[in-house]
Amino acid sequence: MVAVTPAVRTGRLTGTRSANRRTRTDKAMRFIAGLAAVACVIPLGAVLIFVTLNGISALNLDLLTKPSRAQGIGGGAAAAILGSIQMVLLATVVAIPFGVLAGVYVREFASARVARAVRFAADVIVGIPSILIGIFVFTFLVLPFKQYNAFAGSIALAVIMVPVIMRTTEEILKLVPVSLREASLALGIPMWRTVFSVVIRTGLPGILTGIMLAVARAAGETAPLLFTALGSRFVNVGDFSKPMDALPLFVYINARQPYELQNQQAWGAAFLLLLFVLVVNVLVRARTAGRRAQ
Amino acid sequence: MKDPEPMTTELGSQASPTTETAPPPNAAVPTPAGPAPATLGRPALAPAPSRPQNDEATSGRIEIEGLNVFYGNFRAIRDISLTVKPHAITAIIGPSGCGKSTFLRTLNRMHELTPNAHLDGSIKLDGEDIYDPSVDPVALRRVVGMVFQRPNPFPTMSIYDNVASGLRLTGRRHAADLEAIVEQSLRRAALWDEVKDKLQSGGTSLSGGQQQRLCIARALAVDPEVILMDEPASALDPVATLKIEQLMAELRANYTIVIVTHNMQQASRISDYTAFFTMGEDRAGYLVEMDETVQIFTNPKDQLTEDYVSGRFG
Repeated sequence: MVAVTPAVRTGRLTGTRSANRRTRTDKAMRFIAGLAAVACVIPLGAVLIFVTLNGISALNLDLLTKPSRAQGIGGGAAAAILGSIQMVLLATVVAIPFGVLAGVYVREFASARVARAVRFAADVIVGIPSILIGIFVFTFLVLPFKQYNAFAGSIALAVIMVPVIMRTTEEILKLVPVSLREASLALGIPMWRTVFSVVIRTGLPGILTGIMLAVARAAGETAPLLFTALGSRFVNVGDFSKPMDALPLFVYINARQPYELQNQQAWGAAFLLLLFVLVVNVLVRARTAGRRAQ
Repeated sequence: MKDPEPMTTELGSQASPTTETAPPPNAAVPTPAGPAPATLGRPALAPAPSRPQNDEATSGRIEIEGLNVFYGNFRAIRDISLTVKPHAITAIIGPSGCGKSTFLRTLNRMHELTPNAHLDGSIKLDGEDIYDPSVDPVALRRVVGMVFQRPNPFPTMSIYDNVASGLRLTGRRHAADLEAIVEQSLRRAALWDEVKDKLQSGGTSLSGGQQQRLCIARALAVDPEVILMDEPASALDPVATLKIEQLMAELRANYTIVIVTHNMQQASRISDYTAFFTMGEDRAGYLVEMDETVQIFTNPKDQLTEDYVSGRFG
């Protein structure tokens, strides 16, 4: 065989017409996709900017320390701030054991079928409009007592928190390697002890993250409180059998009043709420980012 | 339950600090002379002869009879019968998928964690059927410890806490002699000198080989009689592997060791007995032959074994 040296071909690497068209299409599509991404961020940006601009100017000592007074003659959101703190706190205390234990059960102990059913139920609750949860709690914690009360409000918030905590707990426990469970069981550590002292302990940062997100969610809920805690102009500390105010309710009521001062107060309260939710979210991000960096 | 054999009690309460170290009922000789050390329930640090003179006298003998293991309908292991001699290293070798790990995990009932896993046949530890309904798998695992392929120290715990975990989480020891047990376990795992100044740092801060020795120390701390090792060095570099092998040679004096390994050189270097498993037509693993390691590697009885150890197959 005689070796034939192939002719050197040039021009293979420079663009053809179809390649140029491809480049143009690529640029156009990138631009459109980028635009869509910006459109998604606009509402968040707008909410942040409007609430901050209007809210900061409404923020003053009166808003933070004084209870509201009728018909726009002053006062503040103290009742709502204290009410939110109390109801969210009680809701958290109620929701954590249910949520964490349900997550542990579904992940560690339940059969595949039971796990699927419980998971489905939790997802349905997350998807239910929250006002329905308010009405549901109303029927058995308000109607029998013929009295709107803060306890019912807390329970309504807890119902919203439980599935969130449960699902995050379950997802986090999935991330705990099987090898750790096996290491523990092979030492003769009983299953329940393995779950609580090894598995949950390893997943604890993630579970705490889930709890914080659930708290932020509950703090912002309005609808479940309308039929339960109702809202109140009076500062209520500790009496869960009486109506209690909450920040979202305060915003909802005052924003609809004809008086400028009350609208201002609604902006201020909305800003407080936003601040709380943002701080919680940023804290959660910082925690998870820190964990990833390790 | 109504008529528990003496061994049942022995198995269940073995590690309890109040129980004296009693010889198993089938042991012919009395407990070694002198008071047992306060820290562990066995005369452990006394240098033992490299090979036990009398197998019958030592505890940690495992007799497997007609063992079949199933995952659902799939038979993973077919009709294995063999005896693991006490205070010796028994290596299980064989090609991938021949049921070596499954076999190992039946010895401390860890395979039960796999859904649908079940077995028939019998496994006796010092004469006691470990699958008897009266046997608590949790108690069994305190006697038959395990070291896994990948080092798996508890990431939330310090080096000290890792070693102490088995005792703490089974509620058996209080702080007083815990410290001594942790030190002793780390010394036996040949890790003490490397970690004695940083016992409070995280267990996962160690190198892979150190982590594996930490896991061995953790297994030793609960005072087992048998240690199962599932390819304990396969994730380690040669230097770390050598250390693990040296460690096993030392541990042999006091423990019965069963090791699964893919590494035939390793099996020939460290083990006293070797069992060769392979996979049948039905993909079920079975025992081809078991003998003294020298025999398996120099003069195997079965052609399959010879092909495998000479590298012609697998």
